[in-house]
Amino acid sequence: MDKSPQALTATVAVDPVRSGRSERGVVYVYEAPVRLWHWINAAAILVLGLTGYFIASGIPTMPGETSDNFLFGYIRFAHFFAGDALTLGFLLRIYWAFVGNPHAKQIFYVPLWRKSYWREVWHEIRWYAFVAAEPKKYVAHNPLAQLAMFFMFTLTIAFMIVTGFALYAQGTGNDSWQYRLFGWVLSIWPNSQDVHTWHHLGLWMIVTFALIHIYTAVREDIVSSQSIVSSIIFGEREFRD
Amino acid sequence: MGGATETFYGVIRRQGITRRSFHKFCSLTATSLGLGPLAASQIANALETKPRVPVIWMHGLECTCCSESFIRSAHPLVKDVVLSMISLDYDAPIMAAAGHQAEAILEETRAKYKGQYVLAVEGNPPLNEGGMFCIDGGKPFVEKLRAMAEDSMAIIAWGTCASWGCVQAAKPNPTQATPIDKVITNKPIIKVPGCPPIAEVMTALVTFITTFGKLPELDRQGRPKMFYSQRIHDKCYRRPHFDAGQFVEEWDDESARQGYCLYKMGCKGPTTYNACSAVRWNDGVSFPIQSGHGCFGCSEDGFWDKGSFYDRLTTIKQFGIEANADQIGMAAAGAVGLAVAAHAAITAAKRLTGKPGSVAQEK
Repeated sequence: MDKSPQALTATVAVDPVRSGRSERGVVYVYEAPVRLWHWINAAAILVLGLTGYFIASGIPTMPGETSDNFLFGYIRFAHFFAGDALTLGFLLRIYWAFVGNPHAKQIFYVPLWRKSYWREVWHEIRWYAFVAAEPKKYVAHNPLAQLAMFFMFTLTIAFMIVTGFALYAQGTGNDSWQYRLFGWVLSIWPNSQDVHTWHHLGLWMIVTFALIHIYTAVREDIVSSQSIVSSIIFGEREFRD
Repeated sequence: MGGATETFYGVIRRQGITRRSFHKFCSLTATSLGLGPLAASQIANALETKPRVPVIWMHGLECTCCSESFIRSAHPLVKDVVLSMISLDYDAPIMAAAGHQAEAILEETRAKYKGQYVLAVEGNPPLNEGGMFCIDGGKPFVEKLRAMAEDSMAIIAWGTCASWGCVQAAKPNPTQATPIDKVITNKPIIKVPGCPPIAEVMTALVTFITTFGKLPELDRQGRPKMFYSQRIHDKCYRRPHFDAGQFVEEWDDESARQGYCLYKMGCKGPTTYNACSAVRWNDGVSFPIQSGHGCFGCSEDGFWDKGSFYDRLTTIKQFGIEANADQIGMAAAGAVGLAVAAHAAITAAKRLTGKPGSVAQEK
């Protein structure tokens, strides 16, 4: 279970030429809190996306007495509850970036300043464009995935949390902690309708991200001879060649 | 009207209004301002002792709907406000003086009550072409505004024009109409948005300012908290239908007849800060939602530029497209979905045509 030496070598791409090495190629990547967060986060996003879409566009009119119905209220409650869960998870995930293994930091930054990083991104683009013959092996996210993770997921989720709480503050009022913490959003967009619009565009950003995320995870699992899908369930990355 | 040294109380007593009625008015005003029972005697004391505050009411690019609303106030009666409580020294549409006589009042007030008068501005100045799109008394309005603002105590920005810009500032805004707080930056400004603002809100604010000699507490956007801290949605009498999920889907459908929520008809109540659903209009008779139409969001910034009044989602006009968040999002997600499908198909084809188990050996 001594993970640190492995983790250090793991940050460097494994040379494809050395792929025929003898030891069993298994590295512990995703620690239990990261995996737990991943799936709670995924569930929260599913709930938030569905309820959010209904909140924006409304639902078919409910028949019967008004006092017998509270469906839209429950939909909104589910949205707020899932939003709180996502926020709490995100905060704990940031905490884990500091105390977890080095891979836990990966979704929170992109080494844009490093030339070698861009060379590797370029290689990944060539791999996905069917130009490069072999993918490089990475213990955690590959450089292109890291780019997508940071800009499409991490930044979008942070944006959704901030705008989400700013919109929530409209209901809780000017004296609420939500307004004190996030009311500045309404100084940027004085008409909160704009905040709704941006929050809504954020939903589609997340949907687009989820499409790419799930597709590449499954595809890499099949094509690139390293485990991806099972890694986020059991934590270990296996190199099968 | 030069009698600005008189008190409000002195003037109304002379008009034959009883002391009893005067105290009734003070209690009513204190209540409508949400100030509590002690404030009534404070207001009474102030109105009995303080000299009336001179008010200069100017008109820039506007439609005078603010004035129209103001003179329909029921509590307190506008006659009392205009003629007694404040000393309305200048207001072009309703004053008797005209021409040079009227302009002389501006100079007189500026000299005599330096730093003591309130400048109420209806409408806004257009800045393009040196302000030539709004000429008032032979000069660009913006010059007159700057001059009068210089010596004022505070500025009231009446209506959405003065507060946010309103229709004349809607895109493409050819005259470069600009809200007051973007032109005058060194004076306390209170925004009273609405197209027009509610009459009772306007008179209550005048009462507050003249009574306490200061602006009321303002929110982040510079609006008085007492009237603009909640949305139409928060106090809407149709809110239970919103929570229940009972919506009008088309004009004149059964839901519309039942008086259900107008959310899906593009009601802007959830994003509009104003007191309509609490104070209502025309002496509390009604407000737009009560008469079956969604809220326009007329007291919000740029409400003309947010697409149709009958859509929930804003029209986004960046990059030469005109679509809402759903259309843009679905197009983006759809394009990525197609790309993913195509990519998967190529991957599968390569695996099928290549040697089994390896795309890598393709090359």
